[in-house]
Amino acid sequence: MLPHLWCSGCGNGIVLSSLARALAELGLERNQVVVVTGIGCWGKADDYLSTNALHGTHGRALAFATGIKAANPKLCVIVLMGDGDGATIGGNHLIHAARRNIDLLAVVVNNHNYGMTGGQVSATTPAGAVTSTTAYGNPEREFDLCELVMAAGANYVARGTAYHVPQLDRLLREGIEKKGFSFVEVMSPCPTQYGRRNQLGGAVKMMEWLRDHAVPVKSFREKRDDLPPGSFPIGKLHEGDDPDFNTRYRDIQARAQKEGQV
Amino acid sequence: MMQLFMQGNEAIAEGAIACGARFYAGYPITPSSEIAEVASRRLPQVGGVYLQMEDELASMAAIIGASLSGVKSFTATSGPGFSLMQENLGVAVMEEVPCVVVDVQRSGPSTGLATKPAQADLMQARWGRHGDQAVICLSPATVRECFDLTIEAFNLSERFRVPVILLADEIVAHMRENVELPDPSSIKVVDRKLPTCPPEEYLPFKPDPDGVPPLAYYGSEYIFHATSSMHGERGYSQNDPENAAKKIERLFSKLTRHMDEIVHFKRYYPGDEFDLLIITFGATTRPARAAAQRAKGEGIRAGVLQLITLWPFPEELVEKEARRASSVLVCELNLGQLVHEVKRAAGKDKVFGLHKANGEGFTPKEILSRIKEVAGSAQA
Ligand SMILES: Cc1ncc(C[n+]2csc(CCOP(=O)(O)OP(=O)(O)O)c2C)c(N)n1
Ligand code: SF4
Repeated sequence: MLPHLWCSGCGNGIVLSSLARALAELGLERNQVVVVTGIGCWGKADDYLSTNALHGTHGRALAFATGIKAANPKLCVIVLMGDGDGATIGGNHLIHAARRNIDLLAVVVNNHNYGMTGGQVSATTPAGAVTSTTAYGNPEREFDLCELVMAAGANYVARGTAYHVPQLDRLLREGIEKKGFSFVEVMSPCPTQYGRRNQLGGAVKMMEWLRDHAVPVKSFREKRDDLPPGSFPIGKLHEGDDPDFNTRYRDIQARAQKEGQV
Repeated sequence: MMQLFMQGNEAIAEGAIACGARFYAGYPITPSSEIAEVASRRLPQVGGVYLQMEDELASMAAIIGASLSGVKSFTATSGPGFSLMQENLGVAVMEEVPCVVVDVQRSGPSTGLATKPAQADLMQARWGRHGDQAVICLSPATVRECFDLTIEAFNLSERFRVPVILLADEIVAHMRENVELPDPSSIKVVDRKLPTCPPEEYLPFKPDPDGVPPLAYYGSEYIFHATSSMHGERGYSQNDPENAAKKIERLFSKLTRHMDEIVHFKRYYPGDEFDLLIITFGATTRPARAAAQRAKGEGIRAGVLQLITLWPFPEELVEKEARRASSVLVCELNLGQLVHEVKRAAGKDKVFGLHKANGEGFTPKEILSRIKEVAGSAQA
């Protein structure tokens, strides 16, 4: 157990250990890995990892990571963002990183609100939910991040939860190994901010809620209409094989060098 | 030597490539777009990468990431995009990441007289970011200077682990002239200082005696942690006030201790004696020189001091040169940004300004008539 700044019952620690296991199981050298983080509770994760790291500004983690990977294709680049960071302020970078199909793994820990700044509404806060800035319920609708990233062109899209840990280990491993833009959304409890305001009954109850509403993607697609409200699919939702940015750019370099000679 | 008929923006892009820059990320904006266009054609030829990002926030972030991967990186923009880059320019300051940001200034505020010349980003370059910030800012006045100062910007950036702003303007960026480029082998190129200690002992923010820490790159045998939060020498968050004071102070002193390496300027003094000193930067330099020539015919001895290094401000230089004149005239295409700095260095009473912010450059005639006014009031 590391000393850390996360609240007890927070899902971040579970996701972090899952990531550490994925890195260890893949046997990656620490100096070949760069962890890029944004700003938020989950964005602090780099402080507990002994790989290379770049902790940037709120919302821009994917843009920093794009520069790292485009400049050195050999590096394994992993980007850790909260839902506020990755999808609200950083939404534009998310869709463009997916469209570019830059080869990295983006892990958005979705706790449905801004943990670090006191539980404000996020682009993933469900419609109607209470946050510190939606006292009367959220008037806006939430993003389905996986659908968004899939539509934008990612090569690998998956959703896991802080409850389904062995599956999460596998999804993170696959995401790292997959060439092109990989996206793993992790549904994770924030008992301190989100849970309290929405009377979700503390960390354990929030975990039980995840257990009861996360449905393996195959059965989700089959039984969609019969599932309890709030159910969502987990597992690998999409896999494609488009060439990643660096592969395409290598062709550009070859063409430029040929034309540059004449 | 190579004779070329070249534009300022082209010279900037070629200068960057000549000193080893291999990564560009940017977002198009006039009057800087030709830099992106040349970079997109030339970088892949030399094994580099051009990326058009989704905006300037992303562009600035991407060049920081690329630089930490060990590749010399740059971006180019104009005022509105420069405003968007400020936040991540702060990251480059805090994480001590070498990189070059070209700001080809145009008229403002906001979209302003889009694409028309101005020199009004001087203070944005200095103070545009939150927090106390130390950066280097250089400004070219000719196409050849665009080439040379881009190289110097990279050299200073690598030498001091600091972002360097090349503050050009529409006039110099779009001007075409015949230039002789130096032989590539004669170009002085500075590369960043790499660590030499065993990997497990590397502290990415522990300064050498010159105040500048060596910088490893991602993927080398050295593992390092860079954070925009206040950090200690290991690069991990550290919040005590003693550490914060030490870090912020060092970000400034690593530059101010080495002003002899950083300050560049040019003097255009008739004979060597003058009564009136005209201080300029960038596009005001040429009309000021022409005006000084004509002033001779009017019996006024005027000299022109072109400031190339604008930040950190070359106070000692300005103070020393101003002492030799009975009055000082600061010409700038804004409502008065440089003049305050000059007054601070040279004394309020003898410093005058000539300011213009209508989207047009100065004519020598305008400057000459102000020279006459200033010379007259100095005599009175
Ligand atoms: C440009 C900018 N705007 C706002 C903030 C303040 N801020 C810090 S963290 C954060 C939200 C964090 O929420 P999320 O990304 O969901 O992560 P969590 O804390 O929930 O893990 C905000 C708004 C900031 N640091 N920078
Ligand atoms: S505020 Fe929420 S997200 Fe942040 S550490 Fe606490 S429980 Fe976790």
